[in-house]
Amino acid sequence: MTSSPLLQIRDLNVRFHGERTVHAINGLNLSLGHGEMLGLLGESGSGKSVTLKTLLRLLPPKRTMIDGSIEVNGTDIMTLSGKRLSRYRGGDVSMVFQEPALALDPVYTVGEQIAETVMRHRGIGRREAMEVALDMLVKVRIPSPERRLKNYPHEMSGGMRQRAMIALALSCRPKLLLADEPTTALDATVQIQILLLLRELQKEFGMSIIFVTHDIGVAVEIADRVAVMYAGNIVEEGSIHDIIRDPRHPYTRGLLSANLHDVARGTRLEAIPGAPPALNIKPASCQFAPRCAHVMPACTSALPPFVSPGEGRRVACLLERGRELA
Amino acid sequence: MSRIDQQLDGRDRGGPAQPLILAQDLKKHFPIRSGLLNRKTATVHAVDGISFEVRKGETLGIVGESGCGKSTTARLLIGLIELDDGTIVFDGDAVGADLSLKEMRKSVQMVFQDSYASLNPRLTIEESVAFGPGVQGLSDPPKRARDLLARVGLDPDRFGQRYPHELSGGQRQRVNIARALAMSPRLVILDEAVSALDKSVEAQVLNLLADLKEEFGLTYIFISHDLNVVRFVSDRVMVMYLGEVVEVGPVEAIYARQAHPYTASLFSAMPSMDPDNRTLEPPLAGDPPNPVNPPSGCRFHTRCRFAEDICSTAKPRLDVFGSNRDHLAACHMRVPFSGHSLADVETSP
Ligand SMILES: Nc1ncnc2c1ncn2[C@@H]1O[C@H](COP(=O)(O)OP(=O)(O)OP(=O)(O)O)[C@@H](O)[C@H]1O
Ligand SMILES: Nc1ncnc2c1ncn2[C@@H]1O[C@H](COP(=O)(O)OP(=O)(O)OP(=O)(O)O)[C@@H](O)[C@H]1O
Ligand code: SF4
Ligand code: SF4
Ligand SMILES: [Mg+2]
Ligand SMILES: [Mg+2]
Repeated sequence: MTSSPLLQIRDLNVRFHGERTVHAINGLNLSLGHGEMLGLLGESGSGKSVTLKTLLRLLPPKRTMIDGSIEVNGTDIMTLSGKRLSRYRGGDVSMVFQEPALALDPVYTVGEQIAETVMRHRGIGRREAMEVALDMLVKVRIPSPERRLKNYPHEMSGGMRQRAMIALALSCRPKLLLADEPTTALDATVQIQILLLLRELQKEFGMSIIFVTHDIGVAVEIADRVAVMYAGNIVEEGSIHDIIRDPRHPYTRGLLSANLHDVARGTRLEAIPGAPPALNIKPASCQFAPRCAHVMPACTSALPPFVSPGEGRRVACLLERGRELA
Repeated sequence: MSRIDQQLDGRDRGGPAQPLILAQDLKKHFPIRSGLLNRKTATVHAVDGISFEVRKGETLGIVGESGCGKSTTARLLIGLIELDDGTIVFDGDAVGADLSLKEMRKSVQMVFQDSYASLNPRLTIEESVAFGPGVQGLSDPPKRARDLLARVGLDPDRFGQRYPHELSGGQRQRVNIARALAMSPRLVILDEAVSALDKSVEAQVLNLLADLKEEFGLTYIFISHDLNVVRFVSDRVMVMYLGEVVEVGPVEAIYARQAHPYTASLFSAMPSMDPDNRTLEPPLAGDPPNPVNPPSGCRFHTRCRFAEDICSTAKPRLDVFGSNRDHLAACHMRVPFSGHSLADVETSP
């Protein structure tokens, strides 16, 4: 491991209060190295998007309580405001979403939007910015880029719009790209094109990527390391090899067997019973216990601590007690 | 548990060998209107002359890229939209002639992807499930609803009085399944019915669907973009591309050897689940063409790496592939002496 990671999240807690209280993130710790590709896995409501939005400081401040620290390249981003915050957003860190409509403005051409962002962040003129925009469309391999520069988002297909959004997100050469299920809405054949593209661009630009997905198959195609979330915290983390070959947390194991890869027809699936918790109170014990086949009395009395069963791995499950590395 | 509708058996008229559905040359084109006068300016060839059968008691999987016409096919089968052309025969009776659309619709139910949009937010889930049977004048709708809720794993005492927003996505999808079954259908069309569910919940619902099929003697059409799921549930698989059927056959045959280059690309886009053998090259370049102006001849020729002159001039017929009479594909390479240089001349083992 290098001495200073690009991203360091310490004891992050995010709570929404409004009509009902949601403890969305509960004591999350995460670090990410330079040039690393992390897959963030977990089911709906486990806090994947909230983690990314917190990183970009996108959550509504009035209804959100955040504590903990987040450092990007040594800067505490929780203290940023005004000009420095907008330079950080889209400059050092940028994001691609599942739905390009959230990022692309329907009334401007794709070229204008990329140029606008580049001008704002780099302080260069329109002509030069348009050249950067063209260069970006070439980089994301959009066919006939000169013509596409003048297209409005609705004139493009889904896959092409997703490429345009990636071009926009990368136009200021971010050090960290946050990708929130960017291929979930795409066809399988287009999805794999976009995954391969992201892999190439990551190498070319030397950036780090956090890639959110609920599909472990997608994580296998793209990630070096995987963090599995459940009920607002990471429950297991390790290299993609470790997670695939030797999952330790009962939730991770359940996810893998539910993937149906090579499961014989007509057999009964090993489904995880029940549903995820509501998160209206702050977790004080293993949140997976009501669905876990291995639950013990101790699981319901305190939060299971992290145990490291191997190099670069951690698991929050009492079954791992006594298995830590010497 | 006993069958909810004891008359089920009495409805099977043609015997097990007669297809439950025989669809011939189904066609549906949607007009695109624009401008001040809202004139028709173009046509989407959503479903363009497809024929297939659904056998009694089977699960037919339908796969293909977004926009290829899967949902339109489903909506034609249950009469939600009108056919432009073609015929549907339901257990031997031509729909619209021997059998009224209304009669047929009692026997065919559909479950959609969006579990929330399909439920009336102002009805409790018990009321939602009882609603259809009430309209049809079936006996004791509330009891029927409670039985079915229990059957799909939702305790009626605990959940019956809840509203849709008080349930999780997986629970709502169970309600939708109960609602479809309340009409005692013979065919249930599941259009991306598990796609929005988390993997851990998807497995629960797939187990449930398998149990219900057995218990009620159902036939399923299962539409999904997840090829792992389709392989797991289907007996036969039908592959669509731009409004046409390009391949159909038994699930083992198609997963073992794809006859059509499009099917092959679709299958090689499946995640490998092996970090040491990641996909290195995209199996298919570009996006699907616009269905407003489908390519001539074989519609796949603009993206097919085997395309030759014949492919853009002549439309390949759906024909038997290899020794399995049940495995059909529409590709010139698979038809001896078609004019394609790679056309099979040997017979496959
Ligand atoms: N702005 C908000 N106000 C209140 N609650 C919120 C808000 N944003 C998210 N939540 C809640 O926080 C929890 C975590 O949500 P999050 O969007 O991070 O889930 P996710 O893991 O991204 O799920 P998905 O796979 O469905 O996108 C959920 O219970 C969600 O309802
Ligand atoms: N009511 C409509 N009016 C106009 N065009 C329509 C209508 N319904 C569907 N279409 C078009 O018909 C084509 C086939 O659509 P359909 O919904 O059947 O595709 P699908 O295979 O179900 O795709 P998906 O996987 O995205 O659900 C698409 O191009 C779609 O845009
Ligand atoms: S801590 Fe206990 S309940 Fe939680 S996952 Fe491990 S064994 Fe199961
Ligand atoms: S008919 Fe020609 S273009 Fe179509 S799939 Fe076969 S080889 Fe490819
Ligand atoms: Mg999310
Ligand atoms: Mg559809």
